[in-house]
Amino acid sequence: MPKRTDIRKILIIGSGPIIIGQACEFDYSGAQACKALKQEGYEVVLVNSNPATIMTDPSMADSTYIEPLTAEILELIIKKERPQALLPTLGGQTALNLAVELGESGVLEKYSVELIGANLQAIKKAEDRELFKKAMMKIGLDLPRSSAVNSFKQGLEVIEWIGFPAILRPAFTLGGTGGGVAYNIEEYKELLERALKLSPVSQVLVEESLLGWKEYELEVMRDKADNVVIVCSIENFDPMGVHTGDSITVAPVQTLTDREYQIMRDAAIKAIREIGVDTGGSNIQFAVNPQNGRMVIIEMNPRVSRSSALASKATGFPIAKIAAKLAVGYTLEEIPNDITKVTPASFEPTLDYVVVKVPRFTFEKFPEANPTLTTQMKSVGEVMAIGRTFKEALGKAIRSLEIGSYGFEEINASLEEIRWRLKNPNAERLWYIAEAIRRGFTIQEIYELTGIDPWFLNNIKEIVDFEESLKEVKLTSIRDKELQELIFTAKQKGISDRRLANLLEASEEQIRKIRERLNIKPTYKLVDTCAAEFVAHTPYMYSSYERGFCHINSSELNYASDAPPTDNGNKVIILGSGPNRIGQGIEFDYCCVHSVFGLRELGYETIMINCNPETVSTDYDTSDRLYFEPLTLEDVLHIIEREKPLGVILQFGGQTPLKLAKALEAHGVNILGTKADAIDRAEDRKRFKELVDKLKLKQPPSGTATSLEEALKIADELGYPILVRPSYVLGGRAMEIVYDEESLRRYMREAVKASEDHPVLIDRYLEDAIEIDVDAISDGVDVVVAGIMQHIEEAGIHSGDSACSLPPYSLSEDIIEKIKEETIAIAKELEVKGLMNVQYAIKESEIYVLEVNPRASRTIPYVSKSIGFPLAAMAAKIMVGKTLRELGLSNNIKIPYVTVKEAIFPFDKFPEVDVILGPEMKSTGEVMGIDEDFGLAYAKAQMSAMGKIPLNGRVFISVKDNDKAQVLPIAKEFIELGFTVIATRGTAKFLQDQGLKVELINKLQEGRPNVLDLIKNKQISFIINTVFGKQAQKDSMYIRRGALQYKIPYTTTISGAKAIVKAIRRLKEHPISIRSIQEYHKEVLQ
Amino acid sequence: MKKALLVLKDGTFFEGFSFGAQGESIGEVVFNTSMTGYQEILTDPSYKGQIVVMTYTQIGNYGVNEEDIESIGGPKVEGFVVREYKDYPSNWRAKESLNDYLKKYGIVGIQGIDTRALTKHLRDKGSQMGIISTVDLNPLSLYSKVNAHPDISEIDHVSTVMCKEPYWFHKEENLPLCVVYDFGVKRSILRNLKRVGFSVYVVSGKTPPEEVLQMSPQCIMLSNGPGDPRILNYAVDNVKRLIGKKPLFGICLGHQLIGLALGGRIYKLKFGHHGGNHPVKDLITGKISITAQNHNYCVDIENLKDQFRLTHRNLYDGTEEGMEHVEYPIFSVQHHPEAGPGPNDALDVFVRFREIVREYERV
Repeated sequence: MPKRTDIRKILIIGSGPIIIGQACEFDYSGAQACKALKQEGYEVVLVNSNPATIMTDPSMADSTYIEPLTAEILELIIKKERPQALLPTLGGQTALNLAVELGESGVLEKYSVELIGANLQAIKKAEDRELFKKAMMKIGLDLPRSSAVNSFKQGLEVIEWIGFPAILRPAFTLGGTGGGVAYNIEEYKELLERALKLSPVSQVLVEESLLGWKEYELEVMRDKADNVVIVCSIENFDPMGVHTGDSITVAPVQTLTDREYQIMRDAAIKAIREIGVDTGGSNIQFAVNPQNGRMVIIEMNPRVSRSSALASKATGFPIAKIAAKLAVGYTLEEIPNDITKVTPASFEPTLDYVVVKVPRFTFEKFPEANPTLTTQMKSVGEVMAIGRTFKEALGKAIRSLEIGSYGFEEINASLEEIRWRLKNPNAERLWYIAEAIRRGFTIQEIYELTGIDPWFLNNIKEIVDFEESLKEVKLTSIRDKELQELIFTAKQKGISDRRLANLLEASEEQIRKIRERLNIKPTYKLVDTCAAEFVAHTPYMYSSYERGFCHINSSELNYASDAPPTDNGNKVIILGSGPNRIGQGIEFDYCCVHSVFGLRELGYETIMINCNPETVSTDYDTSDRLYFEPLTLEDVLHIIEREKPLGVILQFGGQTPLKLAKALEAHGVNILGTKADAIDRAEDRKRFKELVDKLKLKQPPSGTATSLEEALKIADELGYPILVRPSYVLGGRAMEIVYDEESLRRYMREAVKASEDHPVLIDRYLEDAIEIDVDAISDGVDVVVAGIMQHIEEAGIHSGDSACSLPPYSLSEDIIEKIKEETIAIAKELEVKGLMNVQYAIKESEIYVLEVNPRASRTIPYVSKSIGFPLAAMAAKIMVGKTLRELGLSNNIKIPYVTVKEAIFPFDKFPEVDVILGPEMKSTGEVMGIDEDFGLAYAKAQMSAMGKIPLNGRVFISVKDNDKAQVLPIAKEFIELGFTVIATRGTAKFLQDQGLKVELINKLQEGRPNVLDLIKNKQISFIINTVFGKQAQKDSMYIRRGALQYKIPYTTTISGAKAIVKAIRRLKEHPISIRSIQEYHKEVLQ
Repeated sequence: MKKALLVLKDGTFFEGFSFGAQGESIGEVVFNTSMTGYQEILTDPSYKGQIVVMTYTQIGNYGVNEEDIESIGGPKVEGFVVREYKDYPSNWRAKESLNDYLKKYGIVGIQGIDTRALTKHLRDKGSQMGIISTVDLNPLSLYSKVNAHPDISEIDHVSTVMCKEPYWFHKEENLPLCVVYDFGVKRSILRNLKRVGFSVYVVSGKTPPEEVLQMSPQCIMLSNGPGDPRILNYAVDNVKRLIGKKPLFGICLGHQLIGLALGGRIYKLKFGHHGGNHPVKDLITGKISITAQNHNYCVDIENLKDQFRLTHRNLYDGTEEGMEHVEYPIFSVQHHPEAGPGPNDALDVFVRFREIVREYERV
């Protein structure tokens, strides 16, 4: 069937900001879809509120709207653009939900927009638990026994046939809290009562417990002609009970016989047909009882998902791209397999390697959060590794994580703790399994504690046992032949050089030298969809240690590495940014991808190294050659030695590649762009001070303490409040603002261990200062200040967590000019070639330099989208010799509109964590609002972040004493705008004394009705809540928690409150309107 | 671990480690791209005379059970080549480890070699004879042994795997009778014939057609089997005498025998089709099935086009995958609709067999 010609314009909805459970995999799928549809000649309209994405690049779609993802805005866009079709299956749950909303409200019908990919009925059938259950029963598939109950009595009835153990899940609680497993009727009654109480709708799902069952996933594709293929099968290492996003997963399935696998395959095919997904991909999950093989279907996602991104990378079959083509009428048979070129997409990839995905957690950012893994996803990113065996892939995955682990390091823990860590799933369980094996636990014991299939456990045992045997080896006395075999075996088992160095009491460099001497190096293999049955044309590679082979006529060993490097002299390696985490996410992938775009335009061969399966950078279509490898010195050096590039770019991948800068330089690698010494001048505190002094700039006064006494002395000199942080961590970790001596003593005692090697850095904290972020680009001669962003929240709140406005909304021309001058001076002094980010604080018209980072920053995509210039691509061009003048970028870029960036937080996943912001970064993603003035742009950013902005109703105010004077004009303005104000005693009295009409409401501990009652009854439409001090914060946490659970918009800063009131005023004056980013960019002046 | 060697006829050799039985074994080296189903592959009589290389790297994971066999009496392959074998199977149906199973039946295995390099070599140079040894570790000596050995196309492996005595696989009075000519039949074929409603009687591939016709079967199935069909003169003669007498079906080797019996040409593929992911299009319904494949030879339908219609085509390389006679109720396929191992997508071929019989009976 040829492609459809009755549709010309297609609307694609993106997934919005990066949140836990919905990350940049949807940028990968959306970008693929845009590209595919444009290639087919369709006009593509794209909506996404996330500016950090590749998909929202102006070149990806014909019209791109960086606007809030709400039904109201979507209707405006549909009305303006009049697309004939809407493709809702590539933007995660967000896009799917919006499509359903637009369908049900009649908008799609009104404007004659056809849903392609999946129709409304199919979406509902897959998403509605009851409809899904009915559908699956109809085709004879087994499901877990379950029932939703609304009363205690009903609960007692259903448990009769559901049986024990049973899982209880209260509906709509924050982060799924209040659930549990009941093993007997006593426990059940207790849990049921609590769960019913906790659920705001008094509903609890009671389900047969599948804890400990094996979990599987199949990625299924179907075309219009009803051909169905399974793209990938995945077996979870962690059994049922841990969210699949938090599970270690392995492709292909390892422990099913063909017969069992085919039963699952047949079930998946039946399911996709019955649900009625017309075209495209679906993810179907199964659970299998390890005792008897009983298989039940768990759920189905009628759309592209996180797992499909993983499956695409794991197999080389680009699910999203093909889904887009199927949606416009092609059949699988008509689409060629990109990799083989000669075979069609109507096939099932076969693997000759093993893929392991390991999730990346950031519990260190949320010390209060419950670290036990449950059915609620908690990880913020993931890595994928490819090896020829599970062991090899697992080892590579571990060192890809960048958590300081290079293998199964020994853990100093009691047997009791080990047992607890095995039984309760947690982020470190993998390492505890290895430790347990080291301590002599049997596989059976570990299996009983973890439920992890013995096949996986035995593989780990093999690694641990081999490691133990290595501990006996003396490097000084062993013969080469024996050593060769030992180290080769270790490498085949995925053991890193670092870990080997540990085990053999040597340095990493020594191990490397030994390997070089004994000629132990990896071969490179292709991910080719067909296990080498056909010739592959796409150089998508991974490394593996393989034995060579010979010919009888020669003694030479052959290795048959795939895709030998080209002899092109103009090739550049770009190091990616590794797994997403808080502080380093999609923004850096965006920069890496753009550097590839820039270099490809200039005719360079680009080579990408990265290990994050969610990203666009690991799409084999992005660069000329892709190495799916860990970003460690060992793995990166191997590739550099193989490829012999002109140079390596480290500037775009955040801290991950920068960490390698010195070591790579020491190995003679040519690092393109700004010199490593310049990076050092910016990062080394002492050298930075010299730089600041030389340029006659100002820095907040500061000092370095190696003991408590010293810290107290410095604090006295600087005066409180002070900003304290350990010197050896980056990204604001363990950073705190300290207001008094007592708190400083506590910090020095509890938070850090100061020593000669690890001093504590102390800065004077500039209270109520305005923070500024500047992104600049330089070719070493000229410097262009590309964007000056004014933060909404005051200095002291991590810049990644703060909202900001471009251009600044309250700075004088003078100050702006001075900031520009200072930035240019710094860039020139550091001879920056590429990008540079500077953070300033402004207090009483004085400019203080806080930080200089001569590399791509988190704000590069946001600034690029705001000003309409692809800064990262330009920077890459500069690194290979282009000048700013040649690139046509002037220093007078002006935009006659405003963009506002707002941060998005994962608090709803961590109910134990307070939402108060501080110097420690906590956000996972960002949104952008764009409009003619600050008020409207801020309003849009808030709509994107919170879903809605109240235009009337009741504002609840409870602020700390220091903020009372400042909250007064805000409260006044709310009243002027037609809101009523309600406050707790202190705040209410203050406002009343100033003549405002304010209602009084009890705090929780003061009796009823109290503020929580109002929150629950949705009688509050906005919350302003600031606190001072640990105790006050603890006492008032229920307010913020309530706001989260009942989805009431809130702010925890005065500056945020000021901005929102401006936004509300503008929204009341001006109906919301939309414009595409391409339209905005036409207005940019330079 | 004990060393083992795999030497190809062209002199390329791989050093690895022994698993399964000790000894030495010669066969045509072919690679199979299925990720699951090693037990079915090992016991598929079509692999008689062949050494199978699994392209998937982790083999033995789920052990060996009693049910998933394609023939009785243990593995039929000559040797087994894998990247990694580990002796810790895990599956609720596992009865023993693959290692013990191979040892029990004297099948020589080699592991630890770069199977992707080997696969690429076979893909580029073509399938060829090879030898695995755990006893002679001298490549030159093994090279001369393999070169002195007759090629697979010179050996009648069918005679060694067919049943000696006829037997009832499934006997039910009211059902139409399908007599299966056993050239090395897979049990999945018999199971599926039963499933679509046949009584199934299996006879040796050397049984004179007259004996079979005397039983008044409603149809005759020519089974799969090993090796080059062009040397099976007795089988081709038998098939010639069945043409037009009864509805006649063929799978794999059976399909090739029909082609030969009607004067067609057989050609050998460079490295064959062995795996579970080839798309085959039914040219009548347009339906695409992901199929199980295991063959090195193909029927050239071009020179049979006066007699046969092409019914199925392989979408990978365009090769012939099924045909039906323009006049007689003869229908055969090159792929393996019975799966075992592989997808069940093509099971409808058996339904079609059943319908052809029904239609024939009515007329």
